[in-house]
Amino acid sequence: MPAPYFDYTALAPEIILTVTIVAVLVADLLFEEREKYQTSTIAGIGCLVAMIPVLYLAGNGADRTMFGGAYTVDNYALAMKALFLLAGYITILLSTNYIEEGDYYQGEYYVLLLTAILGMTIMASARDLITIFVALETLSIPTYLLAGWRKHDARSNESSLKYYLMGVLSSAVMLYGMSIVYGLAGDTRLVEIAKYVSSGQGGQVFDVAIFFTLVGFAFKVSAVPFHFWAPDSYEGAPTPVTAFLSVASKTGGFVALLSLVYVGFFGRGDAWQPILWVLAAASMTVGNLIALRQTNLVRMLAYSSIAQGGFMLVPFAVANQGDGSARPEAFSATVVYLLIYAVMNLGAFAALIAIARKTRSAEIDTYSGLFNYAPALAVTMSLFLFSLAGIPPLGGWYAKLVVFKAVIDAGTAQAVILGVVAALNSVIALFYYARVAGMMWFKPTPAETSTARVPVALGAAIALPTILILAIGVYPNLFARLGELATKGL
Amino acid sequence: MDWFDSWALTLATFLPLVGCAVVLLIPRAKEELIKQVTLLTTLLTLAVGVMILFQFDYDAADKLQFTVDKSWIDVISSRYHMGLDGISLPLLILTLGITLLCVVYSWDHFPEPHNPKAFLALMLVLETGMAGTFVAQDLILFFIFFELVLLPMYFMIGVWGGPNRDYASMKFFLFTLFGSALMLLSFLALFFLSEPHTFDIVKLTEMHGAGIAHGTQLLIFGGLFLGFAIKVPMFPFHTWLPDAHTEAPTVGSVILAAVLLKLGTYGFVRIALPILPEAAHSWAPYIGALAVIGIIYGALGCLAQKDMKRLIAFSSVAHMGFVMLGISTLTSFGINAAIFGMVAHGLITGMLFFIAGSVQERFHTREISRLGGLLLQAPKMGWILGFCCMASLGLPGLAGFWGEFPAVLSAYEPADGLNLGLFRFFMVVAAIGTVLAAGYLLWMLQRVAMGKVPEEWQDAHIHDVHMPEWIAWLPLLLLIVALGVFPGVVFNVTDDAVQVISKSFVAEGH
Repeated sequence: MPAPYFDYTALAPEIILTVTIVAVLVADLLFEEREKYQTSTIAGIGCLVAMIPVLYLAGNGADRTMFGGAYTVDNYALAMKALFLLAGYITILLSTNYIEEGDYYQGEYYVLLLTAILGMTIMASARDLITIFVALETLSIPTYLLAGWRKHDARSNESSLKYYLMGVLSSAVMLYGMSIVYGLAGDTRLVEIAKYVSSGQGGQVFDVAIFFTLVGFAFKVSAVPFHFWAPDSYEGAPTPVTAFLSVASKTGGFVALLSLVYVGFFGRGDAWQPILWVLAAASMTVGNLIALRQTNLVRMLAYSSIAQGGFMLVPFAVANQGDGSARPEAFSATVVYLLIYAVMNLGAFAALIAIARKTRSAEIDTYSGLFNYAPALAVTMSLFLFSLAGIPPLGGWYAKLVVFKAVIDAGTAQAVILGVVAALNSVIALFYYARVAGMMWFKPTPAETSTARVPVALGAAIALPTILILAIGVYPNLFARLGELATKGL
Repeated sequence: MDWFDSWALTLATFLPLVGCAVVLLIPRAKEELIKQVTLLTTLLTLAVGVMILFQFDYDAADKLQFTVDKSWIDVISSRYHMGLDGISLPLLILTLGITLLCVVYSWDHFPEPHNPKAFLALMLVLETGMAGTFVAQDLILFFIFFELVLLPMYFMIGVWGGPNRDYASMKFFLFTLFGSALMLLSFLALFFLSEPHTFDIVKLTEMHGAGIAHGTQLLIFGGLFLGFAIKVPMFPFHTWLPDAHTEAPTVGSVILAAVLLKLGTYGFVRIALPILPEAAHSWAPYIGALAVIGIIYGALGCLAQKDMKRLIAFSSVAHMGFVMLGISTLTSFGINAAIFGMVAHGLITGMLFFIAGSVQERFHTREISRLGGLLLQAPKMGWILGFCCMASLGLPGLAGFWGEFPAVLSAYEPADGLNLGLFRFFMVVAAIGTVLAAGYLLWMLQRVAMGKVPEEWQDAHIHDVHMPEWIAWLPLLLLIVALGVFPGVVFNVTDDAVQVISKSFVAEGH
């Protein structure tokens, strides 16, 4: 058997990340305790350096495939890798002071974080059931540990355990589904599975396999009714980790779902379309309604991210509707939504962490009068919240627009009904986002206000997403092109 | 002046945003500098507006002028397309003028909690959104500007508003967003049903909804109707308005009444009617019915109010009912009257809110039963109030008359194919509404301005109109008279452009 073909240029981002992981581990061994904060610098630089080959490959333009089609580096994969590296970098910026001041293990933290990012970059290229599974576990296992990083805090332990048990359960369900798919299709590569699907074989057993696989992913992306682990895990985990979970690991799950549904199972719309329709409608509605009742901003953002996940599922549910033009439209809608969601949600968490340095809490009540004593933080936080609500001219409006566009393009009754559900939900969502903004702007200033300053790294973690959401909102073409390029891989 | 042709609208729209950026860079403590920069920005923007007035080709008022058409979001084929015709021109100038006057009015009295920096920055963002809406010729661009006004107004009401501001600002935001979410779905439906797919308002207007099934047209019009009717606001979507108006700071109320409400009626005239004439024809009787219900309901609502601002807010519901009645006739006569009504209502109701604000500032209350004898204590302000009430009730010779009377009259002869009897019935109801309007306005005038000074204020020292107020009010007062005497100034500008819209309904009836 000949040795498999390795395209080292195409693998360069993953290789650089791996080298960085080793470097951080070694540095952690060598550095004195007070020098250990530098591990975060190394990790950050690693993420940025890994971005260079991604940009080079994107400029180069040619699609590269390895391992018989199991691993593909195309525009879509590159866009996602760039997103993951950027999200990872922002998470590192967020974590630096939090982890250093909180007396946590520093080196190990960054090693685990980088490993999860590595898993995600692999996920972006995975076009094969086994590769998808390996990537998913590489991304998940470190996050189970990270969720429990505050080990003296009972809630952090609960968070970690809950997340772990749910993660394992969903993996098991998913693997069960995948094994049936393999048993029927005789191949693990998505392209081959697509051929099997289009041949019309398999019958109801294959439908069951699709069902189990999708349910597994529904857990990962915390879609209703498989969402109940998320708020507890989000609240208990250290806040930078929560930011990472709500953005990066969710995106990871969606990337896998995109490959599976659009490449592998697409011909079997009657099997997956109703499931995803229900998941989308339920996630938006339930996520939003529960978010209305939250008094803690982290929990509110957790439920809001469930609802946002519902919006990302909407294009899936209409992709095979109408005259077929909806497929690329729907695919790029989810990709664009993911990119914009990641930026604004990370920004919201960055602002949240910065504000928590002043209020010592994430309870919404403590945000009272923030605008009067920390106007910059209040303004940026408001920008992120209203962007999440989809108010122009902030980036979020474009994400919502492309989703609605996919829905109307499909044009069937069920698509339009889902569109109306989404439209109503965007109004409900505004209520709780605006309420937080109202708390910061309209309510009286507390008697004592903290003068704590925002560290540089955290400031950068807020500034970067702010600039991005304003740029996307005013000139969405930049991001929209990415979504369109990504669609070419279909 | 070629460069001006292609840059005028961009300047008029985005200069305030540049000013806002400058204001944000100035430290909060330098209040004078902040005010000067804002004043300069609004002055410059109005100067651009005046230039546009001079350069505008009045013989071709039905054509879009000063057009810009640049690529913007290629992926969804939405373009940066702006243009100005006879319908947009008066509204754009109104917007730029009112904003400047609001800056002048606020000069020395910023409402609590003060903070001129944030207040003026928001006002400039608001100006960009309002001006942009009136000149955007692309549905997505229109949508962005239409929504851009929400955030600043939300914060303006919420931060500087009255005691119930939390509730009022949230209600304002949720109502409008609900409408615009469905409006956006309708825009997208128009995009996919047009051939070739386009968001361009001009191209969509030329298509007149050709090739779209009647049932689908009705649905799409329904989405547009919700978006615009909530903004107008038409009965029964008006409930946000009295709350928002009552709680908003004076300047917020003025902008809300003078410009923001017009975004909705303008949407009908610019988008809903010309793009889907067939559906508009089917919807017209219902719109007319809601409009006259609004006239009567608003008037009755006024008679039950104890608060000056709330009374003026309900009178807005009634006045916008006249505007919508004019639009619902689908005739050039009615639509011309509606546009005149928008401008007149902007000037007059804007003025009334200014006075209500100044009264509140002096007496610390707006409760009508506690006020009285304004003519004795502050005669000038009392007379101005009287003048505005007369203008508002539609006294001939003042601007209000030309908005109201032709609108009522237009219902006598609606577009071909509309139920004649029904619209004549609307006419009678609307005419009764004008009588009620006289009733509530004179009632307010009598209780606030006439009579003896109540004991509570016997010893209070009440300032009459002071300088910033004069500067802010005089232009409005002069315009109310000028437009009342020479209504042709507006009608001549709008008529050509309106003819283009109403023509499609003449064809419709046969």
